[in-house]
Amino acid sequence: MAMSSIEQLTRRPWRLGTARPGLVAGLTAGALVLTACGGTTGDEGAGQATADEGTVSVFGAFATPLEEPWDGAIHAALAAVAEDGEIRYDYVDDLATADEMERALRDIIATEDPDVIVGDAFAAEDAVRAVAEDFPDTAFVFGSGGAEQAPNHSVFDHWLQDPAYLAGMMAGGLTESGTIGVVGAMPIPEVNRIVNAFTAGAQETNPAATVTVSFIYSFFDPATARQAAEAAIANGADVLFAERDGVIAAAEENGLPVFGMMVDQVDQAPEHVVSSLVWDMRPTIEAVVAAVGDGSYEASNLAEYSFMVNGGSSLAPINTATVFPIPEELISRVEERQAAILDGSFVTPVDEAEPAGSTTVGE
Amino acid sequence: MDFPVVAVIAATLTIATPLVFGALGALLGERAGVLNLGIEGTLYVGAFVGFLVAARTGSLTLAVLCAVVSGALAGALVALLTVTLGVNQHVAGIGTTLLLVAACDFANRLLFSGGSQTTTVTFDRWFAGLPPFAQYPMTYVGFLLLAPAVWWVIRSTGAGLRLSAVGENPEAADTAGVSVAATRWTALVVGGALMALGGSFLTLSLLGTFTLDIVSGRGWICIALVIFGRWRVWPIVLGALLFGLFDALQLQLAITPAFGSVPNELLIALPYFVVIAALAVRGRGVRYPGAYLIPYRRA
Repeated sequence: MAMSSIEQLTRRPWRLGTARPGLVAGLTAGALVLTACGGTTGDEGAGQATADEGTVSVFGAFATPLEEPWDGAIHAALAAVAEDGEIRYDYVDDLATADEMERALRDIIATEDPDVIVGDAFAAEDAVRAVAEDFPDTAFVFGSGGAEQAPNHSVFDHWLQDPAYLAGMMAGGLTESGTIGVVGAMPIPEVNRIVNAFTAGAQETNPAATVTVSFIYSFFDPATARQAAEAAIANGADVLFAERDGVIAAAEENGLPVFGMMVDQVDQAPEHVVSSLVWDMRPTIEAVVAAVGDGSYEASNLAEYSFMVNGGSSLAPINTATVFPIPEELISRVEERQAAILDGSFVTPVDEAEPAGSTTVGE
Repeated sequence: MDFPVVAVIAATLTIATPLVFGALGALLGERAGVLNLGIEGTLYVGAFVGFLVAARTGSLTLAVLCAVVSGALAGALVALLTVTLGVNQHVAGIGTTLLLVAACDFANRLLFSGGSQTTTVTFDRWFAGLPPFAQYPMTYVGFLLLAPAVWWVIRSTGAGLRLSAVGENPEAADTAGVSVAATRWTALVVGGALMALGGSFLTLSLLGTFTLDIVSGRGWICIALVIFGRWRVWPIVLGALLFGLFDALQLQLAITPAFGSVPNELLIALPYFVVIAALAVRGRGVRYPGAYLIPYRRA
């Protein structure tokens, strides 16, 4: 503050228009406390209503607010399992930094001592693994780019290459210009393998198609994602894949087919969203809960439970109410491929290499 | 395919729109001597309140009005802290941003969490099918109405003169009978309303949905643009267009095969690099408003 201490000592008694440091500090501190409270809420009531001593207890520890689709998908699955009375479930979210995550985990174990802690460790790998090592009797089940850590730290991730491939097949069949636009977050393995599977799918139905890939280098910036989609459209794309939020609005305004992500996003543009890649964490959760329940739990890589063949991912029902026609034979071709994935006769290739900005498939 | 020049120009105007509203809102406060770092939160509030009202009532007019009121209230909060109570402007502003963002996220969870994402009506583009003139109404309002109006008010009206007097030399203004507190309050309240309008552009024009972190730092870019424009209206608008142009350009170049060998990260950094470089060049010898950051107290 610019006011000198002499001025402060000599000024007249307080009135409106004069600084009052104590009150000011109080207001500012109050604002900060409110802020701290706003981001983090706990206690999912749903699970506790059906609580009984024999039920496995699960605690969610999420790095982002639940409104983030990735952690939202995990939370939704846990809440659904809790609703069915299979687990007791509480959670805390918005543990944005590694030390917040570590503190929360130690606190959760000290006060709640759950059987299982589920969360995402991408931004706090070392911290989560250190806590897991200290508490070997608690099952740690974390979204992670690394390997499992014996005896108790299992890893999972969203492995959506199966529905991505099927959506790519649809996109390849729907494009008339021969150009498909993908807008993704950033070239990290989880995103790359989805984009690459989508491209491979497009290649199957349309070997001459071009797939352009725009990365916005942010998990959340829907306005920029929308502009990236507009750029793809200007570049000739007439089918879009919304790996990130914001793209569907561009597709709707331009009357183009678009594919959604994480949950069935058909409500966002009922006449334009053809289908969505859906992640269902429920098989992963149920496998862990069953293993913990019968004492057979050990650290493992739970990736396969996110595969389509295990019900961990799916292509949302194809929307036939779109403003553009979707050829019957294209749908049956996709359904045929889906059946092959489900009976194990087709395994979607997993490619985690960074996709080029503009990929001309089939060359 | 030829490089889509017209599409890049159209995107430039769209990207620059919320920046023009936000930066001109910030300009009003700064000309009066108050740096409003609540801008990021005020954009956020405008985006959220606009979305909320549109989702609940279906009325875009009401949504915009409520966004304006919420922004004015956010400006009033900053005015209360910085003008009436004389709090450090950096602390008050950042505290306000943190508070507003968290309050919106909290309200969003209470009102909209669970189930599918809510979508609302959005403004239609004017001159649809006539690029690059196919723009949202807010873009026209921002460039053709707001910017000239702010320029005229600051340059040619008594209110503008009082604004500058209070920002340059509040003692002199006070002696001449201009109420420093009332002028600063007005500047911050009107400025907050403009910022919130800019935020509402994101939800009510561009997206029709609200997501976390929807503003993504645009408020901070506005703060840089005001310095870049040296507290003058047209250079600020030019700066917003420059940023918009390079952002639109990098999005287009990223998927242009001829630029396939340029690292994507470099292209992404381009608009920020340009603004920082421009600041470094133009920012030298920059003259801040005389009473910038200084709370006014009668001796």
